[in-house]
Amino acid sequence: MIRTLIGMAFILIGVTFDFLGVLGLVRLPDVYNRLQAATKCVTFGSAGLLFGVFILQGFNSFGFKVLLGIAFIFLTSPVAAHVIARAAHRSGIKLTKESVVDQYQEDHELKE
Amino acid sequence: MRILRWVIGLVLIGAFMYANFFIYTASIYVKLINVILFSALFVIYRVIVGPTAADRIVAVDILGILIIGMLALLGLNYDQSFFMDIGLIWALLSFIASLAFAKVLEGRSLDD
Repeated sequence: MIRTLIGMAFILIGVTFDFLGVLGLVRLPDVYNRLQAATKCVTFGSAGLLFGVFILQGFNSFGFKVLLGIAFIFLTSPVAAHVIARAAHRSGIKLTKESVVDQYQEDHELKE
Repeated sequence: MRILRWVIGLVLIGAFMYANFFIYTASIYVKLINVILFSALFVIYRVIVGPTAADRIVAVDILGILIIGMLALLGLNYDQSFFMDIGLIWALLSFIASLAFAKVLEGRSLDD
């Protein structure tokens, strides 16, 4: 009973974070802002959802596959986000007009 | 114009949430899967509209992570564990696809 309650709470939190992250992907003005909102929120939300499924299932084969899925998400998603942001900046996509500082560009000019 | 877009979005989201959670009769897992599929609709909107190529790459990356959470809920609904196998393979393939897209966007070739 209490295990079902905790698992459903984790699943609800995960789905809420997924939805809010995707809303940020639609609303924000810039590639980098969209990447920030979408990647962080959706990674945390999906990981929480999978952890809720693990609590509901316990230590059977489904539970271990779900744990493996959490490990894969936490290993691969930040790396993909970093590579996409670096590629977008190097391919010359401008920041939005409201942005204050661009330290990657300053470092680039300092080296040259 | 800006207020009109706000009103359209809020009415769309409110109507979907009301119809999903109070009219549609199914188990709670199917309702949560509907919420995730509604989020995937927004991601598809960003893939179609997105001004630059980096937006489309970010959206495809996010769609992969959303699908993993949806597959976990689907396996919980049907009480089968092989859905998570599909999810793990989807995670790895989506990661490699994101890396390849980012490398092409940066202007390097794949064997660089």
